[in-house]
Amino acid sequence: MNRYVELKNHQREIYYFRLRLVLSLGFVAVMLLILLLRFFYLQVFRHDYFHTLADSNRIYVVPIVPNRGLILDRNGVVMAQNYSGYTLEIAPAKVADMDALIAELSKLVEITPKDIKRFQKLLTERQTLETMPIRSQLSDAEVARISAQQFRFPGVEIKARLFREYPYTDVTSHLIGYVGRINQKDIDQLEEDDAVSNYLGSDYIGKTGIEQSYEKDLHGKTGFEQVEVDAGGRAVRVLSRTAPQSGSNLMLTLDAKLQEVAENAFGDYRGALVALDPTNGEVLAFVSKPGYDPGLFIDGIDTDTWDELNNSPDTPLNNRALRGQYPPGSTIKPFMALAGLYYGTRSPTRSISDPGYYLLPGSRHQYRDWKAGGHGAVDMFKSIVISCDTYFYGLATEMGIDNMHSYLARFGFGQKTGLDMEGETSGLLPSPEWKAKRYQQVWYPGDTVSAGIGQGYNLVNPVQLAFATAILANDGVAFQPHLVRETRPASGSPVLTMPKQMFDLKIDPANLKLVKGAMEAVTKPGGTAAVAGYGAPYRMAGKTGTAQVIAIKQGEKYDAKKISEYNRDHAWFIAFAPADKPRIAMAVLVENGGHGGTTAAPIARKVMDYYLLGKIPQPLQTVTQKSGEQSD
Amino acid sequence: MMNARLLKQRFMQHLDPVLLGALGGFALVSLVLLYSASDGNWLRVLAQAGNIAVAFAAMWLVASMPLHWLMRAAVPMYVFGLLLLLLVMTPLGVASHGATRWLNIGVATIQPSELMKIAVPLMMAWYFEKNEAVLKLKNYFVAAILLLVPVALIARQPDLGTSILIGASGFYVLFLAGLSWRLMIGGALAAVASAPFLWSMLHDYQRHRILMLLDPSQDALGKGYHTIQGMIAVGSGGILGKGYMNGTQTHLDFLPERTTDFIFAVWSEEFGLIGNLLLLSLYVFVIGRGFIITANASTYFTRLMAGSITLTFFTYAFVNMGMVSGILPVVGVPLPLISYGGTSMLTLMLGFGILMSIQTNKKLVKT
Repeated sequence: MNRYVELKNHQREIYYFRLRLVLSLGFVAVMLLILLLRFFYLQVFRHDYFHTLADSNRIYVVPIVPNRGLILDRNGVVMAQNYSGYTLEIAPAKVADMDALIAELSKLVEITPKDIKRFQKLLTERQTLETMPIRSQLSDAEVARISAQQFRFPGVEIKARLFREYPYTDVTSHLIGYVGRINQKDIDQLEEDDAVSNYLGSDYIGKTGIEQSYEKDLHGKTGFEQVEVDAGGRAVRVLSRTAPQSGSNLMLTLDAKLQEVAENAFGDYRGALVALDPTNGEVLAFVSKPGYDPGLFIDGIDTDTWDELNNSPDTPLNNRALRGQYPPGSTIKPFMALAGLYYGTRSPTRSISDPGYYLLPGSRHQYRDWKAGGHGAVDMFKSIVISCDTYFYGLATEMGIDNMHSYLARFGFGQKTGLDMEGETSGLLPSPEWKAKRYQQVWYPGDTVSAGIGQGYNLVNPVQLAFATAILANDGVAFQPHLVRETRPASGSPVLTMPKQMFDLKIDPANLKLVKGAMEAVTKPGGTAAVAGYGAPYRMAGKTGTAQVIAIKQGEKYDAKKISEYNRDHAWFIAFAPADKPRIAMAVLVENGGHGGTTAAPIARKVMDYYLLGKIPQPLQTVTQKSGEQSD
Repeated sequence: MMNARLLKQRFMQHLDPVLLGALGGFALVSLVLLYSASDGNWLRVLAQAGNIAVAFAAMWLVASMPLHWLMRAAVPMYVFGLLLLLLVMTPLGVASHGATRWLNIGVATIQPSELMKIAVPLMMAWYFEKNEAVLKLKNYFVAAILLLVPVALIARQPDLGTSILIGASGFYVLFLAGLSWRLMIGGALAAVASAPFLWSMLHDYQRHRILMLLDPSQDALGKGYHTIQGMIAVGSGGILGKGYMNGTQTHLDFLPERTTDFIFAVWSEEFGLIGNLLLLSLYVFVIGRGFIITANASTYFTRLMAGSITLTFFTYAFVNMGMVSGILPVVGVPLPLISYGGTSMLTLMLGFGILMSIQTNKKLVKT
């Protein structure tokens, strides 16, 4: 019985066991199927995705930054160049306690409070995973000290970089401008221009001047290296390499020596000078005083120095030559004379009688001449030589604002010249339409009177006035002013900037002869710039001007001594030479310089002496106030 | 000539040629793959060859032993293993990477949980054999306790991978011994109900691993790195693979643990889906052979033992491949018979020795 039951149990047991075994087999089969499906999903269905991930794991694209092009003057003198040096850099993202780190580092190399401030400013400007420089131009000894202890400072690196250098510093600051570290604003702009990929790895971008305007040429084309890396980020091998293309070297129209002469001629005065070759539009000198050291901006300027520059009453950061807007004053008179002749408003020989003031018909308001008591009988020639205001008050009124506006506009007043530098202002050539739009006011006859001597609403910048002078000097044939003479790409042939004739005003030669003759007489005895023109071995033509900074009330007299320095009149001088075949034309502005003849004209003379004669001037003598007649 | 044949016959007497051939295949795959995974490190390959030789010798030894020796060893082995597990908790235990799994025995450190991989199913099979005649509900409970005590001890070392594998091997014994469905379903429900409690018992790093499984991209450079790099290796292998020694994930260091737990990713990357199918076939072949041996085993003890060894072997492979391909958490289970390492190789081959012993002793009984 017992044995029977056991046997039966045994058979049933085997049956159940085998059933369970088959179930296990089924379990195994299901699990295997799951694995198979998973493999299929990963290796077939999502293969492309994982393949890409594997590649992006192992392939880094490393940008190779191109060398920035050099900037040379017309004779090949270097005005902006590169040098290699070591910087101490910190990756902010990898540092927990920045202050402690800087304190530790400053035990090894000198880190000044200025460096720290500059570095902190950089940090606020750009959120990045990359490194930011805290010290540049490390000496070999400093590099060695840091390298030996680098393991102590995660996130700290020594980098070899190319630096930008401006040998002429403040002499060319407004002309060349500077490069600076790329900030968020630059990135936005690059994104807009679709140029971000060309700046991967680049640290610097042109911020002002030629560096900014010719950024595209100077920067060059970034090269790329596809590098296979291991998980530690170490490069294993280079898969492919596209060499970078260095930026083009730029050869300017400028003469570095002339620039220096012009700059020095200003002495301690603030102001601007733009000199052009009237026959082709080349800019020969481009000065804005005071300048600044552009090197300060390259790796970010520290806040103290920035404040000092930015808050200085001398506004060294203001590019006066390009952006300064001043009333042209009497420098407008030669152009007004041409307009009067063109419209037949005045004949060359007609004289007016100057009592020392001008009255509008039916009005008792006196528009005063700069000379109390007047100049007596004045014809057109004399009106320019002695700068008679009364003559031009009447001329303007008779000509009318519309004719005046339309004729002066031909010389480029009120418009940008199209100079190849960003940021040019357009000045202001007023008209009744402009006034109605701007002030919702009618144009008064009095507005025309002041416009006639370049006051009132009129505004010009030095580039503009130099351009107008060059057109006049070149007998009405205008050439596009430009700063770059030649672009020399790293590979390929140099590209010359061809002089571009913009227009020919076809001015009556007789009219030109009269006005240019009068301008020549300005620099002769009896003229307003006689002192500056004295003894010139070439024929010099010019016109002085004064731009009022503050208005003088009716019945009051301008007295320079009573007015604070910054409220004194600005002095203008426009000039060209040689008068019969001009090779140089310029506009000189001396801020708060008072009289064009005494401060601005001598500067022009020095520049011309150097340009035409190769004469290097003695240091500028302090201009002594002449007693007696103070001409305009 | 005669002598040589006799010698061969005596040597092969207790070995299953089918299984032996498949295991030889694994040994070959292991060495070849390890050469690539270690980036051409011959020392690694040589060391693994040594591990394999030792493991095969051990297998031969176990296969040659009479089965009743094995049965007699069940209780002492289990008790000894349990004692060692308890000793690990004393100051004699050696901690490493936040886990105390090793025991310092003066000349070396040993890992008692490895011994339990054999000892636990052996003990349980022995226990069921002893009570074969009058199996009652009570016996299943006793067997379950025999299982759960070492599993719990190992889980709290913590060593999730090993405790899961031992838990599985013991569960297979219970299942094959006829554990009632009602109990199994009840147990499963209880497990689900106690999940929150178990969750609170888990160590932080284990919780992280489970969370990372759900979304490895959460922490791509930290905890999820293993899983993501493993999946990238497998997925980028495609159908045909990148070719032997050409896996970029492997040879550029992106793949962690690539000679041990993640060696399957190396295989997958270099040999693709085709390679995976081949490797799975090899596993299926061994498991199939194990099932046949199990089905033909003559005693209750041998049936349970053979079935548990076979299913545990499969579980090993499944958990490893599942973890590398991102459907299971990274629990630290090597790819059976292929991953670099002597201990797991030895334990597995001991199991196969038992399997062979079961097969050949039955044959001897028949003839």
